[in-house]
Amino acid sequence: MKKRIATVSLAGCFGCHMSLLDIDERLLDLLKLVEFDRSPFNDFKRFTGRCDIGLVEGGCCNEENVHTLHEFRANCDILVAVGQCAVMGGLPVMRNAIMHAEDPLRECLETAYLDSEYVLNPTNSIPNDPALPLLLDKVYTLADVVKVDYQIPGCPPSSETLWQTLNALITGHRQRLPYELIKYD
Amino acid sequence: MPESPLSKHAKAEQAVMAICERFGNDRTRLLDILLEVQARFRCVEPSLMECIARQIGTYRVEVEGMVSFYAFFSDSPRGQVVIRLCDDIIDRHAGTEEIAQVFSRILGIGFGETSPDGRFTLEYTPCIGMSDQAPAALINERVVTCLTPARAEEIALGLKQGLGPGELDLPEGDGNNLNPLIGSMVRNNIRLRGEVLLSDVPADAGLHKALRRPPDQVREEVERAGLLGLGGAGFPAGRKWRMAADTPAERRFVICNADEGEPGTFKDRVLLTERADLMIEGMTIAAYAVKAREGIIYLRAEYAYLRRYLDTVLQRRRDQGLLGTDADGPGGFDIRIQMGAGAYICGEESALISSCEGLRGEPKNRPPFPAESGYLGYPTIVGNVETFCCAARILDRGAAWFRSWGTKASAGTKLLSVSGDCERPGVYELPFGISVRELLDLAVAPDAAAVQVGGASGQMINMSQFDRRICQEDLPTGGSVMVFSAKRNILEIVEYFLDFFIEESCGYCTPCRVGNVFLKRRIGKIRQGLCQPEDLDYLRELGKTVAETSRCGLGHTSPNPVLSTIANFPLVYAALLKINRDGREASFNIQSALEESRYLAKRRSMIYDPTYEGD
Repeated sequence: MKKRIATVSLAGCFGCHMSLLDIDERLLDLLKLVEFDRSPFNDFKRFTGRCDIGLVEGGCCNEENVHTLHEFRANCDILVAVGQCAVMGGLPVMRNAIMHAEDPLRECLETAYLDSEYVLNPTNSIPNDPALPLLLDKVYTLADVVKVDYQIPGCPPSSETLWQTLNALITGHRQRLPYELIKYD
Repeated sequence: MPESPLSKHAKAEQAVMAICERFGNDRTRLLDILLEVQARFRCVEPSLMECIARQIGTYRVEVEGMVSFYAFFSDSPRGQVVIRLCDDIIDRHAGTEEIAQVFSRILGIGFGETSPDGRFTLEYTPCIGMSDQAPAALINERVVTCLTPARAEEIALGLKQGLGPGELDLPEGDGNNLNPLIGSMVRNNIRLRGEVLLSDVPADAGLHKALRRPPDQVREEVERAGLLGLGGAGFPAGRKWRMAADTPAERRFVICNADEGEPGTFKDRVLLTERADLMIEGMTIAAYAVKAREGIIYLRAEYAYLRRYLDTVLQRRRDQGLLGTDADGPGGFDIRIQMGAGAYICGEESALISSCEGLRGEPKNRPPFPAESGYLGYPTIVGNVETFCCAARILDRGAAWFRSWGTKASAGTKLLSVSGDCERPGVYELPFGISVRELLDLAVAPDAAAVQVGGASGQMINMSQFDRRICQEDLPTGGSVMVFSAKRNILEIVEYFLDFFIEESCGYCTPCRVGNVFLKRRIGKIRQGLCQPEDLDYLRELGKTVAETSRCGLGHTSPNPVLSTIANFPLVYAALLKINRDGREASFNIQSALEESRYLAKRRSMIYDPTYEGD
């Protein structure tokens, strides 16, 4: 039986997904072992069945992220937070630093779209299309929102790290990652 | 004609320069300089920091660092009368909140505020060493205890009508608190006098016997007696003395640690009041034993009401030829009093030395130990008030006599400060090895359900453990024993202790500065019912990390309330934990996370507001 894998990028940059693609021709080996369910790799937007492994890139910055993450948690046996944003919030979490303002979210949006001298915004408006998901009051890591089984740090984690981790999860053989793969300085 | 701001500032600078000069423009006396500036101007104004720095040859930022570090300093003016209400957990249980409301209502300001006319400041402060007569407060230096709403009202009205703190009509204390030099309503609450310290002790008998023996024999006697430091850490006093004596140096120091800040401890307060001579005698013996000529008593700011009395005792002893650099008496040893400025961490010996040197009360790296390189880099013995008192008794009666009390590892007797839910709170002098149950019987605490032994940094034990014994082999303590009945909320107590450590951490090392905050957050989550059983693993693991990786004793012990309650009160935790079946974190609330966004975007959520139909 092939393992079923789902992947998604929430408040991330798809860098972790690109890093997974960097396993290059080993993708062919991977596809002998797994079948992708919901994932940007195959553009499936919904789950077609229960998955063994869910890989989630990025943290939660809006309501849609939360909704998607809840779906992943409900449909995946093992949930893996992939990369710095998923584990710690990454770049998006920098907006949490505006915590001492009276209205942090407003201050964040006004700085980003109105006040900064580097912004060209002739209509002087903050994007608010009804199709845009509402932002959360701050950025949450995956573990803030759901139970996470494994976390892979790195920005992005190298393709080798992802390959070895996936192998271990698929075969069920726990292995120690070599030092070069888990040092980040 | 109103004074011009310029000349006012120039006058202030002159006054500050005069203060600096009085301390010889000595950088190492910065703490004293700032205490005087604070007392004079009710703050250390930023514009005066530069002047102080110039005068003593340092940088403004060093001065500012001091002001921000110590609780008793401020950079904006405090009121003429500062009311510091103790909000220790024992005081809270005794009704701090009600008292706070009375002060707030009558003075018209909240806590942390100064009245617009500059007359009053209201503040909370951690344990002021009066847990046996809680709730208590400091009004400037004056201590008021056993506060009731009625007494608080009377005091607040009196102050408002213009009475000074010293003019308030308060009841009398007992024992030496009646001494006009102390004149305090504090009660000693000595419940049990043991043979070593609280029974009648002959004046200077130990000192005279010590002086007839060579210094090395004095040190050996203390070492043979097995005297351990009685402030909490329990390091063998004799070994400290030997290290200091064996380190070659031109100067050596003896420092008495009277910075009793461990919540629930007040036995040093009683010794300072009733056994000041014995303590100084012990310091003098130590000085003789290690050939030190200079001594310091580091007195916590909260005990400033004892300062005048202690100064008088020191002067009398100088007059008697028992102290004084010129005296031909015991080796020409003299003592000065160093006032603290409200920092728990300064009870840690290396932080205390930093503080005496005019630095922020940050611990130093060890080794070298203070006994090898301490105050100003010279070998320094730092000992607790009680330790020096015991040393004097040991030299009088001998090591064997001292060893006839206590256990193998903990010789002698111990002063225990009992507070909380018992009928007879106060100080008990008992031999080491006494069980908690025996102590609770003496203090009449039939409802005791939990006992915190060793203060905030100690262990919380449950009823089935009341037969455990107070000694190094089992439950070590610096003297604090807090009794809690079944109606107290264990996790509220734990959370309070963590708040205390967060506030008092010096901030130097990350495990302590950050780790304690994380411990507290998770305990808070548990109290709200938002945690799962795995969260206990997190607390255990984080607690262990903080304890193992912190730089000094504060962080080594701050996780204790968490770890000991998880071990000893598992059911209290279990009742609040939920097993999480859908994998969602209970603490994450999407509705509140969206609240601000809904308001800003002026629309509702398409996903989480199910009744939403669109405009």
